[in-house]
Amino acid sequence: MSEVLIKIDNILKKYDDNVVLDGLSLDIHEGEVVVVVGPSGCGKSTLLRCINALEPIQGGMITFRGEKIDGRSKTITALRQKIGMVFQSYELFPHKTILDNIILAPMKVQKRSRADARKEAEELLDRVGLLDKKDSFPRQLSGGQKQRVAIVRALCMHPDVLLFDEVTAALDPEMVREVLDVILSLAKQWKTMVIVTHEMSFARAVADRIIFIDQGKIVEEGTPSEFFDHPKTERAQAFLQTFTFDKVEKEA
Amino acid sequence: MTSLGLDVLFKGINMQRLLAGLWVSLRISLIAIAISIFLGLVVGWLMTRKNIVIKAITRVYLEIVRIMPQMVLLFIVFFGTTRLFGWNIDAEVSSVIVFSFWGVAEMSDLVRSSLISIPKHQYESAYALGMSEVQTYLSVIIPQTFRRLVPLAINLITRMIKTTSLVMMIGVVEVLKVGQQIIEANRKSSPNAAFGVYLTVFILYFIVCWPISMFSKKLEKKWS
Amino acid sequence: MNWEVIQSYLPLYEKAALLTLKIGWLGIAFSIILGFVCAIIRHYKIPVLHRIVGIYIELFRNTPLLIQLFFLYFGLPKIGIAIDAEFCGVLGLALLGGAYMAESFRSGLESIEPIQTESALSLGMSRTQTIWHVILPQAISSSVPAFVANIVFLLKETSVFSAISLMDLMFTAKDLIGLYSKTIECLAMLVIFYLIILLPVSIVGSIVEKKLRFAGFGE
Repeated sequence: MSEVLIKIDNILKKYDDNVVLDGLSLDIHEGEVVVVVGPSGCGKSTLLRCINALEPIQGGMITFRGEKIDGRSKTITALRQKIGMVFQSYELFPHKTILDNIILAPMKVQKRSRADARKEAEELLDRVGLLDKKDSFPRQLSGGQKQRVAIVRALCMHPDVLLFDEVTAALDPEMVREVLDVILSLAKQWKTMVIVTHEMSFARAVADRIIFIDQGKIVEEGTPSEFFDHPKTERAQAFLQTFTFDKVEKEA
Repeated sequence: MTSLGLDVLFKGINMQRLLAGLWVSLRISLIAIAISIFLGLVVGWLMTRKNIVIKAITRVYLEIVRIMPQMVLLFIVFFGTTRLFGWNIDAEVSSVIVFSFWGVAEMSDLVRSSLISIPKHQYESAYALGMSEVQTYLSVIIPQTFRRLVPLAINLITRMIKTTSLVMMIGVVEVLKVGQQIIEANRKSSPNAAFGVYLTVFILYFIVCWPISMFSKKLEKKWS
Repeated sequence: MNWEVIQSYLPLYEKAALLTLKIGWLGIAFSIILGFVCAIIRHYKIPVLHRIVGIYIELFRNTPLLIQLFFLYFGLPKIGIAIDAEFCGVLGLALLGGAYMAESFRSGLESIEPIQTESALSLGMSRTQTIWHVILPQAISSSVPAFVANIVFLLKETSVFSAISLMDLMFTAKDLIGLYSKTIECLAMLVIFYLIILLPVSIVGSIVEKKLRFAGFGE
């Protein structure tokens, strides 16, 4: 198996007395696509936020290529450049055009020239079919378009891993596909990704490994076919049940 | 020896005189506030009607109040009316007129904006439940409007209290004027009285206004 | 209305209006700087300073400018701090305005969702870069309407400067009424001069507000 990129070692995360992640451990390997599923409030989004040091943890350790991830350390900005993140609510910067949204961090953080950043941004926008929107403002775009821009913005920093936090949850159903297609094409290029999603058929298609979290712990993990076709634990079975419907039997 | 000039406040009935002066300005503001709230509710509700004439008149009225300093309005009413119509309006009455004129405008604008801030589907969903127009107003719209309006209206009250300090400029003997008189009378015995007296007036206003604005902030937080 | 009277008073009013404008705009400029700094201190809860600024804001928002000026101009010299009337006017307006601007700007800062900061951080931007490139531009544009309202309010407040014997518009009007009792002319000129000062601000303000408002990007 390839090298471990992110090592999550027995982490504890709580808000006051409310334990959200309870001694959770997980290794993410280079080139791997890990999909995290679980009921709402199980801690899966919090896990992503901890990996990017947007939340402090109260115990355990997360390392990236052996380097500790800590929101207060001096090197955190360098680490975060290696870890791209895409949010449910897109979080484009509303006061900047699409192009400026994408090249802001490459220019300010990586000190790349405007021309260089711009060239790459345009190539990436073209790949997701949004080159004609480069001078628009975020509010002129649909949700699906905004989310594709947000992915491009993260990609333009050349991250080693991408974190997707329920990126289609705020979208209208007909826009979900266009965003998922972008992520699928990234998977084909061996990008390392950690994806939190509720789209089960997408999870099955994109994942190398499925992680099922409930109540802050990993309850089950396995390949997509193991997890979806033969879930071992009762909790996973119950969770998967919620996505299927039985035919209504009308009362006589 | 340098003194802070606080001693004059404890001489004779000076403190009582200051407080009586404060009451004069508070009385003016309270009367104006009562008038403003009452008329403001009526005018504000009128402004949400679709009558063009009412809209035009209230618009001009609001713009005048928004642009003209209250001091200018005070001068116009106090000096101008005597000259133009030969009325001799007492300074306190002029103040009540001006602050009401101003307060009604501000209050009605708050009422109007609170009323129109209730989204249309709040009305629609009430109607969809089979409620009548009166029922909709009483149990859906007015309670929501009230929660938006009250903190803003309380805020207006503190602004009106603060602005009443201007009445001293047209000769009403209120707290600042009394303060001046006290300083003047004690010029020899306590030459530093200006510091102590004006500081006291400053603090008195703060004591009056601060609790009210805290209350309004609290309500706003609680109801938002 | 006596036009000759108006003509003969005109230079006095012009001079007074210039003084009002000078002190008003200087005070406003400083109040914006002060308010900006105070808002950042409050929003980012900078230790110690955050408490002091909080007290300052409450004190100056809950007392009238007239009383503040009296204290600064007549009170402070008694403990050895004498300042001239013009400086006092600028200072008073800046202190009053600073407290209002700070609150407006702070609510602009608060209107920006924390996740905007997080998304900037996740791109590897530092705290300062995030504040500078992402938070401030949005906060400023969303506080523009409140800023404009504050500016109009502060310009109106300049009308109390006559109390500390600054020869502004109110002072001139009152003086001339007392001397020659041409009340109507004096009052009419007073109104017109205030209109000249305030109307453009109010009009430009509402245009800028529409253009710059954060929600308006890309319209």
